[in-house]
Amino acid sequence: MSRKVLLIEDEPNITEAIRFLLTREGWQVETHAEGTDAVQVIKAAEPDLVILDVMLPGKSGMEILRDLREHQDMQRLPVLMLTARGQSRDREMAEKAGVSRFMTKPFSNAEVLTAVRDLHAQASRL
Amino acid sequence: MATLNVLILVCLGYVVLLFGVAFAADRLAAAGRGKWLRSPLIYTLSLSIYCTAWTFYGAVGNAARSGLEFVTIYLGPTLVMVGWWWGLRKLVRVGRSQRVTSIADLISSRYGKSNTLAICVTTLAVVGGTPYIALQLQSITLSFSIFAEADPTGLYREGSSVFWVAAGLAVFAILFGTRNLDVNERHHGVVTAIALESVVKLFALLAVGIFVVWGIAGGLAPMMERIDASEIGKWNVDASRWATFTFLSAAAFICLPRMFQVMVVENDDESHLRTAAWAFPLYLLLMSLFVVPIAVIGLDLMPKGSNPDLFVLTVPLSQGNDWLAMLSFIGGFSSATSMVIVTAMALSTMVSNHVVMPIWLSTHEGSASVSGDVRTIVLMARRVSIAVIMALGYFYYRVSGGGAALASIGLVAFAGISQILPALVGGLFWRGATRTGALVGLSIGFILWIYTLLLPGMGGGIIPISVIENGPFGWGWLRPQALFGIEGIDPMVHSVMWSLSLNTIGFCVASLLSFPSPLERLQGAQFVNVFDHSVAPQGWTGSVAQSEDLMIMTQRILGVVPAQEFFQAEAERQNGRTGRLPEPTPGFLQRLERELSGSVGAATAHAMIGQIVGGASVSVEDLLAVADESAQLLEYSSQLEAKSNELSRTALKLREANTKLTQVSKQKDAFLSQVSHELRTPMTSIRAFSEILRDTDGLSAEEQTRYAAIIHDEALRLTRLLDDLLDLSVLESGQVSLNTGDGSLSAVLDRAISGALAGGDGKLSVRRVRASERIQLHTDLDRLGQVFINLISNAQKYCDAALPELTISTHDVGGQVVIDFVDNGSGIPAEAQALVFEKFARVGSDKAGGAGLGLAICREIMQRLGGDIAYLPGQGGAAFRVSLPVAYQQAAQ
Repeated sequence: MSRKVLLIEDEPNITEAIRFLLTREGWQVETHAEGTDAVQVIKAAEPDLVILDVMLPGKSGMEILRDLREHQDMQRLPVLMLTARGQSRDREMAEKAGVSRFMTKPFSNAEVLTAVRDLHAQASRL
Repeated sequence: MATLNVLILVCLGYVVLLFGVAFAADRLAAAGRGKWLRSPLIYTLSLSIYCTAWTFYGAVGNAARSGLEFVTIYLGPTLVMVGWWWGLRKLVRVGRSQRVTSIADLISSRYGKSNTLAICVTTLAVVGGTPYIALQLQSITLSFSIFAEADPTGLYREGSSVFWVAAGLAVFAILFGTRNLDVNERHHGVVTAIALESVVKLFALLAVGIFVVWGIAGGLAPMMERIDASEIGKWNVDASRWATFTFLSAAAFICLPRMFQVMVVENDDESHLRTAAWAFPLYLLLMSLFVVPIAVIGLDLMPKGSNPDLFVLTVPLSQGNDWLAMLSFIGGFSSATSMVIVTAMALSTMVSNHVVMPIWLSTHEGSASVSGDVRTIVLMARRVSIAVIMALGYFYYRVSGGGAALASIGLVAFAGISQILPALVGGLFWRGATRTGALVGLSIGFILWIYTLLLPGMGGGIIPISVIENGPFGWGWLRPQALFGIEGIDPMVHSVMWSLSLNTIGFCVASLLSFPSPLERLQGAQFVNVFDHSVAPQGWTGSVAQSEDLMIMTQRILGVVPAQEFFQAEAERQNGRTGRLPEPTPGFLQRLERELSGSVGAATAHAMIGQIVGGASVSVEDLLAVADESAQLLEYSSQLEAKSNELSRTALKLREANTKLTQVSKQKDAFLSQVSHELRTPMTSIRAFSEILRDTDGLSAEEQTRYAAIIHDEALRLTRLLDDLLDLSVLESGQVSLNTGDGSLSAVLDRAISGALAGGDGKLSVRRVRASERIQLHTDLDRLGQVFINLISNAQKYCDAALPELTISTHDVGGQVVIDFVDNGSGIPAEAQALVFEKFARVGSDKAGGAGLGLAICREIMQRLGGDIAYLPGQGGAAFRVSLPVAYQQAAQ
């Protein structure tokens, strides 16, 4: 069974690193680097998991998440949020907006993989 | 016939008697005995120096010449004494409370202690007084000559006798008038001697009168018949002359320096005025009683052309009654000497205090610190002044030659001295009267008096007759005796009318127009309200006081509980009554006032209790004090207001500062957040790829190389970021030291372009207008180059044209060199243009490796260099303009 992850991140090097990691784990990795149309892209791609950066051009990851959760079918989609700002307030905001997991950059590869596995496992059980 | 020798002996004996009386009185007073010396009777008699030789002899002469007109001389003072005693009382009270030494001192003191005014009044008094003294000397001489004519020995020489009389009077005045320095210590000796002289002259005149009526006429009835038969009763009474003379003598009675001396300065007890108010008019009545009979008999008996001024002497002599004539002579002598002595004393006080001392003090500055020295100086000045004044009188007599010129001098002097009246009365009753007003009024009056009365009275002596008849320069309207064309009235009436009315008008107008000094105001209040506060501070009488009202008022001021406690304690003190209000006894009211004054100030407390108790009226001074306190309160409250304004301003500033701080704090947070982001982002890539390289087996060689290159790039990016941050923080903190040097703009641009293009992809082409770059600069060339590199790199990174091109052009805009960097890309959106110079402001989605600090650093650099950098909108592509400050550019080559 093919697992699809959608990575929304505007830093090409970070995108490449995550793509490398998850591809090796057997994920089909799609990427997008723009915030403005991210919600449409997510809906169209119908991924099993979304990895979302916070600081994106056009629209912030927070807003994307909030908009996403307003859609009935998107409420249970696992969203792993990554941020480089590292302020505790961001974590609270993200949890309020309905994030599934929140991680601060720089992360270890193992952390990302564990998070992705956990989220996918949770989603699969339901 | 009495011989001249006898007369001289009697005179000398009389003078010795006067010396003795004066000496004894001084001794008694010094020993604290002799209460009768300070009796109302002595005071009243001393006032009789008003009756000089001019009155003693002249009244009869006046009656013989002008009928009943002489009465005016007695009428004026009588009216003042009877009708204006309250005004005199005020004058005396003021004089005593202010320790006034003379009328000049009084006027000066009232108008802010102005010495100019004192000098004015002194001058006026001396000018008016000198002829008056001469008149007295003349009367003595004339009366002497009557006896001398009859003396067969012919020893009498007129000139020397006048001299010796003058000298003797001077010695008397010096001996008894200048014994003490403080004039307010009073001269009991002189006053007593004068009182004796007053008795003598009254006795002499009455004796002559009785002799005339009963000895010559043969009783009252025949006397009345002779009066009716004489011409005196037929003379017309000129109403204007009557009114003028009455007014003049009344005014002179108040203003004459010698009258002021005896009435105010020598006054021992204010209540003496009460006696004098009836006793002095009675004295005047007695003095005038036999004037008409003597005049009538004189006219009947004496040969035509004999001097009626001397009827008092010549009538007894013609009847062979030598002893009566001698008594009459002594009476005239008394009148003259008493007047001269007191006048000399009064004038010398004025001259020494207001003329000599100020001059001496100003020339001996510093040496006046020794008080004993000054005492001697003052006494000497006073003695010399007496001598000089007597000498002036003597010389005036000698120069004028006596006779007709002196006849009217009494009234002339009256008119002169009356010029003080407006300033005096105004000063006593009108608080608005000012020093300027007094000076203006006095000057106008003085000048007009001299011009319209004194000078014309001297005939052609000082001013030519032509001026009197035709006016100066032929201006008829300025004729001294017909000012402004008003003719046909008596010269005396004319002069008094003009001088006094213009004096008064000048005084009032100038007072209204001028602004009094604080001292003048204070003195004015003390003079005008002298009765309100010169009495001993009297206790309150609470007979009408309402304890309840007092309680309410006290509660308002002290607060309910303290007020009740105070009243309770007070009630207990009074017969142990508790639970009831205390009686408003004077003691209680005083304690209450003290209590209240602690809260509201003494004057307010006094005024408030006064209002409730009603026992004492609130004086103007109290109100003034209240006003002062209110002014202080106002001042205090305005200070408070100012403080509170200041506080609110400070609070506003604090709020602003706080807002700023909050903003700065937010900016700092945002900045830190940005920095964190910019640091974490490359670190994320570095960590991720280094872990991949470490943990992943079987990576291809290309993969390894590629990931290592990414790590390398991101590490460089981190380094650049840190460099930029450090650079910015140094620039922003102002700690950057500029490395100023000289160079041409084109060289700086050359280096910048080659430096910037070296790291680029080589697509960007740069166009320059080299000719315009030939400008010598004097600035930090490296920093300027850094700005240029940044701009060129930005064009390189962000210019989205197919064939990117950057045009660098140099212009002169208003004397300032500007360098424009314009590329051919799509430019920066209008809404972002304002933000490009902010830190971490990145436009668009392009990730060109910059942290967004470049333009912020450029702006900081340009500001440090004294120039500027700005976005230049409307150029098509992105356009920046760098402005160089004028000071940093040198003359074009």
